Amino acid sequence: MNSSLRIAGALFATVEFSFGQNVHSVANMFRPQATPADSVYNVSMLMLAICAAIFVVVGGLLTFTIVRFRRRKADDPREPAQVYGSNRIEIAWTVIPVLIVLVLGMATARAVVEVQDKRMPADALKVTVIGHQWWWEFRYPDLGIVTANELHVPLSTAAKPAVAALRLESADVAHSFWVPQLAGKTDVIPGITNTMWIDPRQQGTFLGNCAEYCGMQHANMLIRVIVESPAEFERWVAEQKLDATADPRVAAARATFLSLNCINCHTVSGTEAKGTFGPDLSHLMSRTTLGSGMIPNTQENLRAWIKDPQAIKRGNLMPNLQLNSRELDEVVKYLSSLK
Amino acid sequence: MPSRLHEWVVTVDHKRLGILYIATALIFFAVAGVLAALMRLQLAYPNATFLPPDVFNRLFTMHGTTMVFLVGMPFFAGLANYLTPLMIGARDMAFPRLNAFGFWIFLFGGILLYLSYVTGEGLAGHGTAPDVGWFAYAPLTERAFSRGTSTDYWILSIILTGIGTTASAINVIATIVSMRCKGMTLARMPLFVWLMLVVSSMVLFALPPLTAGQVMLLLDRYLGAHFFDTQAGGSAVLWQHFFWVFGHPEVYILMLPGFACASEIIPVFSRKPMFGRPAMIGATIGIGMLSSGVWAHHMFSVGMTASSNIYFAVASMAVGIPTGIKIFNWLGTMYGGKIRFDTPMLFCIGFLFQFLIAGLTGVMLAVAPFDWQVTDSYFVVAHFHYVLLGGLLFTLFGALYYWFPKATGKMLSETLGKWHFWLLVIGFHLTFDTLHFAGILGMPRRIYTYAPGRGWETLNLIASIGVIFQAAGVACLVWNIIRSLRKGKPAGNDPWDAWTLEWATSSPPSDYNFAVLPEVRSSRPLWDLKHPEDPDWRYE
Repeated sequence: MNSSLRIAGALFATVEFSFGQNVHSVANMFRPQATPADSVYNVSMLMLAICAAIFVVVGGLLTFTIVRFRRRKADDPREPAQVYGSNRIEIAWTVIPVLIVLVLGMATARAVVEVQDKRMPADALKVTVIGHQWWWEFRYPDLGIVTANELHVPLSTAAKPAVAALRLESADVAHSFWVPQLAGKTDVIPGITNTMWIDPRQQGTFLGNCAEYCGMQHANMLIRVIVESPAEFERWVAEQKLDATADPRVAAARATFLSLNCINCHTVSGTEAKGTFGPDLSHLMSRTTLGSGMIPNTQENLRAWIKDPQAIKRGNLMPNLQLNSRELDEVVKYLSSLK
Repeated sequence: MPSRLHEWVVTVDHKRLGILYIATALIFFAVAGVLAALMRLQLAYPNATFLPPDVFNRLFTMHGTTMVFLVGMPFFAGLANYLTPLMIGARDMAFPRLNAFGFWIFLFGGILLYLSYVTGEGLAGHGTAPDVGWFAYAPLTERAFSRGTSTDYWILSIILTGIGTTASAINVIATIVSMRCKGMTLARMPLFVWLMLVVSSMVLFALPPLTAGQVMLLLDRYLGAHFFDTQAGGSAVLWQHFFWVFGHPEVYILMLPGFACASEIIPVFSRKPMFGRPAMIGATIGIGMLSSGVWAHHMFSVGMTASSNIYFAVASMAVGIPTGIKIFNWLGTMYGGKIRFDTPMLFCIGFLFQFLIAGLTGVMLAVAPFDWQVTDSYFVVAHFHYVLLGGLLFTLFGALYYWFPKATGKMLSETLGKWHFWLLVIGFHLTFDTLHFAGILGMPRRIYTYAPGRGWETLNLIASIGVIFQAAGVACLVWNIIRSLRKGKPAGNDPWDAWTLEWATSSPPSDYNFAVLPEVRSSRPLWDLKHPEDPDWRYE
């Protein structure tokens, strides 16, 4: 029974959410995989223990009182003894909660400082996270990389700790960056720059969501954090740093793409496409999803998206460009070459 | 018939206005319940396409706004209006016509909000209700992101209902200060009246920042001000401060009337006076004062400094102390009593257990790091529904069963009342227990759909099934009210063998409440009357 359940669970995870490798699809905050999430986990366990104890004591007293002091048929009809209060008991049940608040307050203060006032190491990977209605832009200022919706960071190990220091900015309204297994959420607010950090110690893809209501497609502003071994990460960085491919086999498709309105909003490095309103497409094929984590990045999905993005993600800010089927073929062909 | 309608429209009688408030609150409650049921239908399955995103976003905006401003607030105003004069031995409120003004402007505010479904204009053209969420974070509400008029409907209706609530609060305070009968010192005032005095004072402090915020937003939208317009250098966080300086006291403004009802019902059905009455009053004032200094615990993730986060965390936990005192005092009242389990008391017992859990998850949310994880997730949704449904609404239903006989002269059916209670308990726990776990597994609030495989499917399906039980429970209440109004058992003056002054007059009370204004010598005047051998005033 148990093992068949587990197999069913495993199937669930692989079949239903199979895009991308090694996806930690259930984002349980009680399975932390980075230090900030650990700090939250530790204070949360203390908090749960205290609250469970209070619940058992007070809930038990309530239950006992209700059962013991219910009116029974055999009772005499007189009213019970009229008790107005008791200073001693009342002082006790005031002082005990005060002490509990002190303990929990100190544990909280410690965890807040651990997470918020951590000094960033000099070799921290700097990433600027920019929230847009309804997608994420990730910029690596020291590496000259711009990508979208899938944040790549190296694995942190005891031998080689790796911290990613995130600066959070918004291009429009308030959003919130939340990947529960790596850290608590931090809001992404226009006009101010917030910071957070992660040092994931487990490889794979961690899932998260925008956690501040930001308009029509708030639900589909998904986050994927891809944690790779240092070698894999270096390879990814090297690929991303290159200009987009100038493969002569797609020259015609490229010319079509550059002749269309696509370039007003999207950038493809090394070409005249320099728009910044939509996601950077220079290495689109290195991403596993489209539409900010909404659908797998396959040929069919890419074609369907370009044909009518509103049919897939209603209200998103990419218009239906009314491409004819030749243009559509060419654009898909060109984008598919952007490894 | 027209003349009866006319009587209700032009009435300045506090009892009629109280009934109008509560009837309006119940109607808006039913509407908001339908909105919630539609949302739960959409979320029952992953990738559901029953509702498009824009429709869903309007539903949660309207549900939240309705429940807070058009259900919770009029319940406060209705109960305070109906009961305060009766409990302090007065013939009416201090300002009867202000009272009528307050009700009608509140009602027009509520109707204006719903008019947006017909005449509001937004991204989707005509017929667009507000879609910015009930706390409407800037700059989503600015014209760049919220075109048309739907957000203006939201702003104006909240300003209008706020005027109504402020009028009620002023009236309640003036009535309590100046209209108490002979012998009714502040110390002898029923706890219900005490709590209403505190709530009304909180309203006067909490609503101005809300109204100011709405006016600033209106200036931003139409007169080129830039308070919250981040593209012109305004501050998005400023709106959050304005909103939560109102919004957190508001939570207690909604909740204290529930405490007020429980503090009348629990002693009567335990057959004992309130245990530690002075501490109860002190704790209420304590909650009122503390609640004005904890607003930023709604903002732990906006990037405040560590020291601000720690202050707001500890201050918010401290609210748990007076709240705990209240729970212990209710417990102490029941301890050693002879508890009768009539429907009003059943709802209060449900409230005690559910509010205990709501209070504990509230303490959890005050632990700022835990809050970083679960704020704006379904854990928070579950928490505040535990407070407002499991806590507030349960006591309000208890109050309805308790005072309905006084207001109508007819008893509600105990059998239907018990069906109502148990169906609601089952439905409530199916829906909201599970949603805590959805939040812990990373499900953010206000999403119109979700992909399968993230551990949310079963939890959401169970939560949606719970709605069926809740709806059935509320249907029992509606049928109970209709049936009892027609052929309920006559109530008599004092069906519960209670101790406060409202039970000394007829049911329903006459226009002038009391033929002869009463004179009291203790906080339980009817106990003194019924037990001349052992009156309360002997112990004062």
